[in-house]
Amino acid sequence: MNINDVILRTATKVITFIILAFSLYLFFAGHNNPGGGFIGGLVTASALVLMYLAFDLESMKKAIPVNYITMTAVGLLIAVATGLGSFLFGAPFLSHTFDYFDLPLFGEKTELATAVLFDLGVYLTVVGITMTIILAIGEDQS
Amino acid sequence: MSWLHLIVLAPFLATVFIPVIHKAFPKLHIGWAVLPLPIALLISLLSQIGKVSSHVSVEASMPWIPSYGIYFDVYLDGLSMLFALLITGIGTLVVLYSIYYLDKHKERLQAFYVYLLLFMGAMLGVVLSDNLMLLYMFWETTSLASFLLIAYWTQREKSRYGAQKSMLITVFGGMAMFAGFILLYVMGGTFSIRGLVEQAPHIAGDPLFIPALVLVLLGAFTKSAQFPFHIWLPDAMEAPTPVSAYLHSATMVKAGLYLVARMTPIFAGQAEWFWLVAGFGLFTLLWGSFSAVKQTDLKSILAFSTVSQLGLIMSLLGVGSLAVLYDAADERLFYAAVLAAVFHLFNHATFKGALFMVAGIVDHETGTRDIRKLGGLMSLMPITFTIAVVGGLSMAGLPPFNGFLSKEMFFTGMLKVLEADVFALETWGILFPIIAVVASVFTFVYSLMLVMRTFLGKLQPEKLEKKPHEAPIGMLIPPIVLASLVLLVGFYPNLIAHSLLEPAVSAILPNLLAPGDHFETHISFWHGWTAELFMTMGVVAVGLLLVLTLRRWVSLYDHLPQRLTLNRLYDGMLLGLQRGSSKGTEAYMSGSLRTYLIYIFLFFILVIGGSLAFIQPTLQASGYAPLAAYEWLLGLILAGAAAAIVLVSSRMSAILAAGAVGYMVSLYFVILRAPDLALTQLVVETVSVALFLLCFYHLPKLRRDMNRVRFQSVNFLIAIGVGAIITILTLAVQGVRPFDSISDYFIANAHDEAGGDNVVNVILVDFRGFDTMLEILVLGIAAIGIYALIKLRLGGDYREHQ
Repeated sequence: MNINDVILRTATKVITFIILAFSLYLFFAGHNNPGGGFIGGLVTASALVLMYLAFDLESMKKAIPVNYITMTAVGLLIAVATGLGSFLFGAPFLSHTFDYFDLPLFGEKTELATAVLFDLGVYLTVVGITMTIILAIGEDQS
Repeated sequence: MSWLHLIVLAPFLATVFIPVIHKAFPKLHIGWAVLPLPIALLISLLSQIGKVSSHVSVEASMPWIPSYGIYFDVYLDGLSMLFALLITGIGTLVVLYSIYYLDKHKERLQAFYVYLLLFMGAMLGVVLSDNLMLLYMFWETTSLASFLLIAYWTQREKSRYGAQKSMLITVFGGMAMFAGFILLYVMGGTFSIRGLVEQAPHIAGDPLFIPALVLVLLGAFTKSAQFPFHIWLPDAMEAPTPVSAYLHSATMVKAGLYLVARMTPIFAGQAEWFWLVAGFGLFTLLWGSFSAVKQTDLKSILAFSTVSQLGLIMSLLGVGSLAVLYDAADERLFYAAVLAAVFHLFNHATFKGALFMVAGIVDHETGTRDIRKLGGLMSLMPITFTIAVVGGLSMAGLPPFNGFLSKEMFFTGMLKVLEADVFALETWGILFPIIAVVASVFTFVYSLMLVMRTFLGKLQPEKLEKKPHEAPIGMLIPPIVLASLVLLVGFYPNLIAHSLLEPAVSAILPNLLAPGDHFETHISFWHGWTAELFMTMGVVAVGLLLVLTLRRWVSLYDHLPQRLTLNRLYDGMLLGLQRGSSKGTEAYMSGSLRTYLIYIFLFFILVIGGSLAFIQPTLQASGYAPLAAYEWLLGLILAGAAAAIVLVSSRMSAILAAGAVGYMVSLYFVILRAPDLALTQLVVETVSVALFLLCFYHLPKLRRDMNRVRFQSVNFLIAIGVGAIITILTLAVQGVRPFDSISDYFIANAHDEAGGDNVVNVILVDFRGFDTMLEILVLGIAAIGIYALIKLRLGGDYREHQ
């Protein structure tokens, strides 16, 4: 596909960042509002797909040099590790806990939950899986 | 988390660091970095020996999946202590030995030590778990680690064959054992082994008891290479020799013995248990020793010898289970057999470990293990020769080595059977000592043959690949340590009798002891002119005669039928399975997605439609919320888009229309106040449309025959069928509600218990986090599958490679 689409490319440069920021928001908001690791991961992946469609594969790889298979593995490891981590406190596998802390910048009574760590694993895995599949098919030339 | 948990988990944790260390110090032989771990484990276990030998068990508990009764419970009593010491002690020696055995320039060492540590941790897990599910998990991990280790030299076809064979047989047994464990849970209501021991009198009469017994024994027999499952062990000898010494003589194959010993308090006293354990054990003893004599490869002789010795210990455990049947006055009668079992278990680990290392040294220094090519190595390798003599004579059951003592006790145990008056032993009991003596004669023959044909006789340097010389010191230290143990225990058996063997026997037969009581053991080197001693003298006399005339009668083995061996049966079954399943697969896997979809949808129509017709649900057509005008509009667009998919001629437009359907559905989610679903649906649609476009970019244009009437009418009928059933189902579901909705529970508890206000997310990551974890695992596997299909594609048609 050798279409020189200036409008799409220019718009993509801006929109990608908006989508990525939105996906981060979705990821962190997930505990109390619509969102979460799964949706956040998919939105991130869709931003990357948009980049891939607007530009070509090489420039996208140059902009974001990430090995998505490794990312999948790291995500799965984080998810499993949060499960195992509860053993350290003598609790059953995958027990979660949460508490409220007073943090600078974030304000008083900020909630920190271990479930977010698990969700981070889900997020990374979803991005990794989606991009692995799409790139594997997209790169295939035969 | 406690000290005992750490013992089990330490090897697993250590595997993480091996690749890191390998990268940081590429010139280091990784074995040196691994070596401190088994030493540390051994020392920390030894520090508990005082506690365990005074019959106090060390315990630790940790909840894992408490709602299913699965706990990470570990405990260390006499039996697990004996095994744990063997695993870490021999593990230390094997790691040291492997540093000299495996060349750091030629071998993938990091992989080797990862597998070895994986195995060590799994084995410790097996012997320390109190929970049956935990035990099963570690049990299968040992099969897996052993598979990886046997296939370590992946380029050799025989390694891969041996690995597959051991995996198929041991995992088959493991699955049977798993079923047996579940039956035990059904009967006793707990997965805890100690809990089940307490339940033992209640579950003995249960109709499920005998099936459970047989299934558990299948697991033990396959793992411990009992006849007819022993065929995997000789092929497992394709593994590097340190692995053979560790897994296939000292530890993994003994897991089956461990299981039988551990389960004795639950099953013993049943005629079936006694006959199966003692019968298979005796036959394996005889068959293994008989087959070992005809082997010509050093490691093959040792492999069959291991099979036979495992049978010996198994038969002793069977005879020992008789102890449970007798009341207080006679109870000590058969406990001698159990003592002999644990004593021989220890002795076998020492002398067989040493002999395997000797075989490895001979192989390493001469380039061959064929005894027809070897001979006369005595003067060239004096230290190795000495170790071989100590190990070999101990295996043959000669004084003053430890094998002699346990062999005498083995004869005692077999003779005691004559005194039993249960299970028709008055008539059949006489077979036990007879088989014991016959098998011992063969054992004597192959032990002497092993030493004599390797080290005595004439040197044949022209047949050897290398010029033989003594092994480096690092390779000699581990067998020297083991040989010294052979001698030490031979002269001073009571060194381990009180501290190791007594607690182990007490752990196997806990029901015979009053609280605070324990067995008294005294093993004496000279035990008088007893029947056992005369039996040994007979064995030595006949054995010597047979050894001296070996060349005359060994050709008799050639007359045995070659076509009817178990290996042929195994190969035939495997081939039949492969052919059958590939025929079955080819019958329906046509390679066309359309055919698969037809199967799926037809199945759906038949099953769901059939059951709907069967139960005849009441369809509810009224009582729904009214639709607003814009909802009608959305519905019309949705229907239009769906119709467009079928009608448009270009594939691109069809994909876009399918995307439109998805977006309309997500708009409905927005209207019906399901923002999470709407978001997910929207993004999934976006990504999958992009994915479809990428996929179809590679595909050829639509074919002309797709427009034929027959093709289209089949599609039409199936589409109508699926649509109609979904419609009926939706209408029917509204009328039925057998249970209260569970959503109220989640809504009520999400904020208080998980600290989140978004119920959907809380369910995903907290309440049902395990589901999510396995889901992303499945997705990950799917991604790797797709990646492998596309990137690692074989050139050309796959079938051409067959």
